[in-house]
Amino acid sequence: MQATQKQPRGLFWRYALLVFVALIFCFPLVFMTMSSLKPDLQLLTDTESIRAFLPVGDISFDNYVAAFKRAPVALFVFNSILVTGTTVLLSLFLCSLAAFSFVFLDWKGRNIILACIVATLIVPFETIAIPMLMLVNKLPWIGLNGFEIGWLDSYHVQIIPLIADGLTIFLFVQYFKDLPRELIEAARIEGASWWQIYYKVIMPLAGPVMATAAILKFLAMYNQYLWPLISVQAEQYRPVMIGLQYFFQLNVAWGEVMAYLTMITLPVLAFYLVLQRAFIASIASTGIKG
Amino acid sequence: MKKFAVGAALLASLLTSTAAFAATELSMWYHGAGNEVEQKILNGIITDFNAAQADYTIKLEQFPQGAYNDSVTAAAASGKLPDIIDVDGPVMPGWVWAGYMAPLTVDPAAYSKFLPGAVGTYNGKVYSVGLWDAAVAMTARKSVLEANGIRIPTVDTPWTAEEFDAALVKLQASGKFEFPLDLGMAWKGEWYPYAFGPFIQSFGGDLVNRDGYKTADGALNGEAAVKFGKYWQSLFARKLAPGTSQDGADRDTGFVNGKYAISWNGNWAALNAVKAFGNDVLFLPAPDFGKGPKIGAASWQFGVAASSKNQEGANKFITFALQDKYLTAFSDGIGLIPPTPESAAASINYKAGGPMEVFFGLSAKQAMLRPVYPGYAVAAKVYEKALSDLANGAEVEATLDAAADEITKDIEKNGGYAPKM
Amino acid sequence: MQNKSSSRLMNAPSTGWLFALPASFLMFLFIVVPFCLAFYFSFTNQRFASPNAAEYVGLENFRQLLSVSVLTIEPERDPATSAILKEADGATKYPTVRSFTRNPDYPQYKGMREWFSWSSGDNRKVLLTSDVVFMKALVNTFLFVLFVAPLQGGIALCLALMINQKLRGINIFRTIYFMPVVISMVVVALLWRFIYDGQNGLLNTLLSGLTFGLFQPVDWLGNTSTAFPSLIAMSIWQAVGFHMVIWLSGLQTIPVSLYEAADIEGVSAWQRFRYVTWPGLRNTAILVLLVITMQAFALFIQVDVMTEGGPVDSTQSVVFQAIERGYGKQDISGGSAISVVLFLIVLTISLMQRYLTREKS
Repeated sequence: MQATQKQPRGLFWRYALLVFVALIFCFPLVFMTMSSLKPDLQLLTDTESIRAFLPVGDISFDNYVAAFKRAPVALFVFNSILVTGTTVLLSLFLCSLAAFSFVFLDWKGRNIILACIVATLIVPFETIAIPMLMLVNKLPWIGLNGFEIGWLDSYHVQIIPLIADGLTIFLFVQYFKDLPRELIEAARIEGASWWQIYYKVIMPLAGPVMATAAILKFLAMYNQYLWPLISVQAEQYRPVMIGLQYFFQLNVAWGEVMAYLTMITLPVLAFYLVLQRAFIASIASTGIKG
Repeated sequence: MKKFAVGAALLASLLTSTAAFAATELSMWYHGAGNEVEQKILNGIITDFNAAQADYTIKLEQFPQGAYNDSVTAAAASGKLPDIIDVDGPVMPGWVWAGYMAPLTVDPAAYSKFLPGAVGTYNGKVYSVGLWDAAVAMTARKSVLEANGIRIPTVDTPWTAEEFDAALVKLQASGKFEFPLDLGMAWKGEWYPYAFGPFIQSFGGDLVNRDGYKTADGALNGEAAVKFGKYWQSLFARKLAPGTSQDGADRDTGFVNGKYAISWNGNWAALNAVKAFGNDVLFLPAPDFGKGPKIGAASWQFGVAASSKNQEGANKFITFALQDKYLTAFSDGIGLIPPTPESAAASINYKAGGPMEVFFGLSAKQAMLRPVYPGYAVAAKVYEKALSDLANGAEVEATLDAAADEITKDIEKNGGYAPKM
Repeated sequence: MQNKSSSRLMNAPSTGWLFALPASFLMFLFIVVPFCLAFYFSFTNQRFASPNAAEYVGLENFRQLLSVSVLTIEPERDPATSAILKEADGATKYPTVRSFTRNPDYPQYKGMREWFSWSSGDNRKVLLTSDVVFMKALVNTFLFVLFVAPLQGGIALCLALMINQKLRGINIFRTIYFMPVVISMVVVALLWRFIYDGQNGLLNTLLSGLTFGLFQPVDWLGNTSTAFPSLIAMSIWQAVGFHMVIWLSGLQTIPVSLYEAADIEGVSAWQRFRYVTWPGLRNTAILVLLVITMQAFALFIQVDVMTEGGPVDSTQSVVFQAIERGYGKQDISGGSAISVVLFLIVLTISLMQRYLTREKS
């Protein structure tokens, strides 16, 4: 393998293969973006040829303008980013803290609790959504309007119940297990507090797992549909996936749908591309692993 | 700090009591989010109402249609229903039974002239009234039918089952169309029971035995129903109509683009056909499969939540909204059928000589309500699945038996849907 | 595992509790409690919307889901000669299943339906079940797991090996391969409807272009034989990038010195993979398999957006049925019962998986 690397012909075929696979992964997105620029009829007839992937014909931003008219797109994107961002940050913090405790600290019952947490991985969220709705409706809250019962119709109902999850904790636990315990023992002997060890010793090493957990959590949160559907009534709190329903009227305006899909996909792609750099950097710098 | 809070509360209560004339806010939910024209007309009515009296102001919350029913159920489960609810006609009995809705106290004179489909009655009481009705017809072109020597049916003498089938076969043989008939199989969901429920009823079957609503056995899997099921299946087997994987876009544009000869479609889609073919367009009545030609009735309607503390105000608003000018406005805006003769006469499309006038007659003559019982939502889903499966070749008797069993089981599981007094 | 001194160093009961408490409490309140409620509902007749108070019904919901029995049907015989009657096409003539399931003489078969049948001598044996749709959903879900787990894991590994080459610009390719993962499954499923469209779908266009028009358009989502494989292909396309990255991080943990040693031995590329790469990936393989299995059992959005379980139940899935019943048909107890069954299945499988992997290491 390494021997052929210098030969230009082998190199060509390798790149050809890479590009071919890249095309397979790209084409629906290219189709989406290009379609968002076309009027409905052209969009639908273009699927009969390569034109589906090209910015040809009657190209304009009309669909975007129409989408903004049909639904408060900016509000939905803002809500989703707010809810998702807050949840991801809190989740990374609380789950890594718990995982740190499970892996590095000795206390009674930690194994049982950890086993229970891993077991929750199996519960699909959809199956507990209705009982959860009944539950949050009975929970107290102190907010701007003082004390009230019931969490519905708010940002916090979309955030707090979804912060902690088994997968995030599990990912941190698996990663922490591979870190050398000597690091912590050394810090302990030097008299560092547990908080300092978590914050100054472990977290700086947790780059890769943070990136993985963040991406997974971001995706899960950004794509929420069922939970906001049943827990939020006011338009001012609705996230992007509920907003998608605005575009499915009897006669679907596919151009607008494509424009909306493109707009709600952009923030995720941006988030991913930013994290991707951290991700690569952290993989490259993982001297401690293995 | 505490003192200040108490003071503020006192001040607030003073303010509200001195402002005794301030209007009470009524909340209202509507399923039209994403539909600009609909929003505009409804907001117009609300603005007029808020200006016309000083007791109440309406605060509107819009939902996308696809998410509306689930939102209402979830809100009811947590005691968050608004004062005025928008409800799809056939779903109303279920919501009444579950205790979401209170009977209207609107003066019956306000809707006495309405098309029957626009008034939601359950157990002898009126719970909802609609500002419009909808109807379904076979959209076709006069020139095409004439060229193929097919009789043009009328409301009084619709096609018989044989005529209907012969017409489809002829149109298929003409070779000019991808399919002679477009049933709209692409529109999943409520379209199936709404548009195809009347077929089984015209054959003499039904989704459920309407006599007491205790069972579907015999209605959905009896002789007539099986006959319907076999005929329905043959439409797809003989390639007379596109099946469940019909492209949504073809449904929207197939008739206008000449892919389909006849399209079974709602009045809301009629304007496109008129625009494309002008006078050549015909809106034909449903064929008579034996027990009379039938189409579905009832569309979205307004009702009052049982939990509302301002039922009087909610009824006032509904009364206000039932004015002919608003009925006409909705019709002109989104092509729906105005529910009174006056509002129809004033409308662009349904006035005498208007391009869609025929729908008013269809709605008045052929319309039949979907089963009026609280389990409708379940029956509708079961029926939809059965029709999809049949269209894809599932065995007719077994499929209808299973559907009938499921509907019956649901009724039994819910204690016969006995009204809770 | 740890020596005594380190154990003492690590011993911090109060801090341990304190650190673990926030996340554990949230999980208890928002996962364990609702799940216990769902578990409880599965023994009642709880509805989403109903004026009737829920009643305890015992195992009725589970009986409805899981009842199975075998019906033996004897062929129709001529009353006089007792010879077996034949259909016009020569097949043996049997009384219909319907004549048993809807017959008051056979109350044990009431409400049951044929799942499948086979012949046994002159007789026809029919497997009846009270919930054919659920059974089909169960089988489909298992099939989905069985196909997706090895295929997705394998393709992901191939991609990871491709991406692990030291080539200029390889990061760009990795970014692209991962991209579908960050796109919502709802969006992906909507886009793929255009790809699978029966008439002018992109896939049909592509295939007929490649074969110069010889290829006859296939209605990918409309045929009982192609719908489910289509869903599988799309699901793999969407998620394979994620598992590629997991494999990749596994590959990076394999010491370079091992490869250098292998190169000195002059081994072939396959031997290198077989004896150096693969043994180093065992832990990663377990993780990949576990995650894919979990995700595959949760199959829902693809079905919901693209096929709603059709045509003729060929794409039903367990989670889709749980939600269809719980929300669509407002039958929370029925939906909860399905969830409980699913939970027990996945629990069993993950225990098995854990047991098997533990023994090896």
